[in-house]
Amino acid sequence: MRIYAIYNIKGGVGKTTTAVNLGYLAAEAGLRTVLWDLDPQGAASFMFRIKPKVKGGGKALISGKRPLDDAIKGTDFDNLDLIPADFTYRNMDLLLDDAKPGGRPDDAPGGKPARRLSKLLAPLADEYDAVFLDCPPSVSLVSENVLHAADTVVVPLIPTTLSVRTLEQLAAFVGEFKGFRPEIFAFFSMVDRRKKLHREIIEQLAAPRGDVARTIIPSLSVIESMSVWRSPVAVIAPGNAAAKAYRALWAELRAREGLASS
Amino acid sequence: MAPAMAGFIVDGTDPQTWDDIVAAALAALGEEFTVTPEPAAPARPGTAADGLSQRATWYDTFDWRLSKAGVTLEYVPGRGGSELRLSSAKPDADADVTQPVAGWQPSRPHLIGDLEGGPVGARLASLVAMRALIPVAATVTATAAYRLLNSDGKTVARLLVDQPAVTGPQPGPLPPRLAVAEVRGYQAQARRAVRLLTAVTGLSAGARPLFADALRLTGRRPGDYSNKVDAEISADMPAAGAAATILLRLLDTIDANGGGVLADIDTEFLHDLRVSVRRTRSALKLFGDVLALTAEELECYAAGFKWVGDLTTPTRDLDVHLLDFPGTVRSLAAARPDDLEPFRAYLEGRRRREFRVLTRGLRSPRYAALTQEWRARLSKIQQERAGSATGRRNRAGHRYQPPGGSARVLAAERTRAAFVKVAKRGAAITPDSPAQDLHDLRKRGKELRYALEFFAPLHEPGAYANVVGDLKRLQDCLGEFQDTEVQIEEIRSIAAAMLAAHEAPAVTLLAMGEVTAGLAARQRAARADFERRFTAFADVAGQRRMAALLRGGTA
Repeated sequence: MRIYAIYNIKGGVGKTTTAVNLGYLAAEAGLRTVLWDLDPQGAASFMFRIKPKVKGGGKALISGKRPLDDAIKGTDFDNLDLIPADFTYRNMDLLLDDAKPGGRPDDAPGGKPARRLSKLLAPLADEYDAVFLDCPPSVSLVSENVLHAADTVVVPLIPTTLSVRTLEQLAAFVGEFKGFRPEIFAFFSMVDRRKKLHREIIEQLAAPRGDVARTIIPSLSVIESMSVWRSPVAVIAPGNAAAKAYRALWAELRAREGLASS
Repeated sequence: MAPAMAGFIVDGTDPQTWDDIVAAALAALGEEFTVTPEPAAPARPGTAADGLSQRATWYDTFDWRLSKAGVTLEYVPGRGGSELRLSSAKPDADADVTQPVAGWQPSRPHLIGDLEGGPVGARLASLVAMRALIPVAATVTATAAYRLLNSDGKTVARLLVDQPAVTGPQPGPLPPRLAVAEVRGYQAQARRAVRLLTAVTGLSAGARPLFADALRLTGRRPGDYSNKVDAEISADMPAAGAAATILLRLLDTIDANGGGVLADIDTEFLHDLRVSVRRTRSALKLFGDVLALTAEELECYAAGFKWVGDLTTPTRDLDVHLLDFPGTVRSLAAARPDDLEPFRAYLEGRRRREFRVLTRGLRSPRYAALTQEWRARLSKIQQERAGSATGRRNRAGHRYQPPGGSARVLAAERTRAAFVKVAKRGAAITPDSPAQDLHDLRKRGKELRYALEFFAPLHEPGAYANVVGDLKRLQDCLGEFQDTEVQIEEIRSIAAAMLAAHEAPAVTLLAMGEVTAGLAARQRAARADFERRFTAFADVAGQRRMAALLRGGTA
């Protein structure tokens, strides 16, 4: 089972669209896939027409009172399931901190609360080949958990100076991890090639950095219309440039991992 | 992630009605869900769907060995690989095994050797033995899938509508099957869909095997062939009617096996045909007189069936050699297995030649005339002598007595006579008696065995089993004694023929000599066992058991 965390400290960079589209493409390639919508806004759940509600809320899941398995919902697509968002996820930091075993204070960086998500996901290994975590934008215990759980951190970047800084911050943070460190796979999203700044930043950043993908996701209206159609772009418009771009991104990600994309 | 399924089968036999019931089912679901066709049918869990339709072929031996053992063998082709699936009717998951196959021709019979090296082959080898696996039913199923959407447009369950049809010589549609497939996390909605379908008139909940439906359409029934006599006779039938019924049943078995013999599907078609011919000849001897045929007619039919028996003997003898060959090779002590290869090649070549002679005979006008005329005569006798022999009264009010009496009387008289012959001849055999005396006793024993089998429905089952069990053990002993002698003689004559044809290397002749030595040892052992077997069958207790059987009770 391979865990992909779709993460950026910034919001509005296309994390959910990335999680939904890559999750769909993984399932289409035959990987048994589950997407966990960790964002209390529940955008990914909305995209799959699944109510953003978990029985017992986030507390029951994080504490282990209710197995993760119980919360899983089938999407309309073969091989693709979803663990819905819940409004209580807004307090997930607190939930993760409360869930530390025996109630002992253990708040050292990378300590047990930071690995709670990893533990919760472990039982899914028999059932799924790929897990996508759609993360809320923040730097918190949730994001620390996500980064510790992930094999690959997929980072959508809008080509702006600030966005590039966040990638550097993230790389530095992950670089401090003891033991296993996830791979970072960043890519430019919502790119408008008519904008000079976008073109310049892509040229500046893509060449020297090994963790930035060659594939670029353009800013196209069909991606925005995903929330209208509530489906991945490969379903709404399979021949569209956006669908092709996401396929290329998935192929590049798998190639980077030394795995076939289909 | 495999969804649970709940199944329904459309009732009735009219395809037009079936369409209406499926439409009613969709309408019922439409009251609660938005029902929309799925663009491409999802593969059912555990099936190898090709996206459009699913083919399946089921196999059994001609004598239904798989069905009797409670197992089903299904061939399912698939793009990703075809496979054979062996499943058990019993709720025992361990019994279900699959075996991938390549280049499998579904419409042809297959011998167990075609499945060698796989788990299905290993599981079936001893059950199927020398019999071929014959396709008994084949279907093609088109599946239409529908999504059941909630008010958010989310798929919360799926409805799969299977439209199966039998393919092959007797094609035809089968009742559609509906299944509700759960979507994970939406069990309540799937249950609701099931409840809606349960209320649809003309839909029955259940999971009858598709194989059963396909068989029914083709007019087949598991167990519709058996080489047992099982004639439908009763004690009060007129003797002639019972005799004709028994002989017609034997003729049915002869006819049922003819096609399999000519197509050379497996060796047992010829074996069963021969057994029925032999039984026919014995029946003519035992009770041919009650059929009210002229002596010339009786003689003519007896000669006809002797001709058929003789026609089949060379091929059957060679079949026995070839079937025994693996065991013969294993029994070699000094010779190497390869030494016998020229012997096997010679046997196979000779079998091909003899088989051509056999098929010419079975396709000849003489054979057709014999069997057709025989059937016509027997059917006429059966019709004329149907009904009960007792209870009817003539004009003068006297109880009607048909010529030859009732089946009960016939069974008792003729079985007793056959038993007396066996008992007398067996008692006369001493350690110094020539082999021919034992061979003659075996023939008389066969006649007795057949007499018992013909009239089995009239006997008390427990008493019958006791008598037949003892007789079978005696016959096995006499059979071993005679068959080994015949085989020794045959091997000697084959050795001479091979030598004359310059097809006999010295090592092969030596190995054949070793085989005959082994056979001779078995023959001596059978001879030594004879007295014990005969005593068990025909001593005072044995005679009492037989008398009780013929009286209609137990000793």
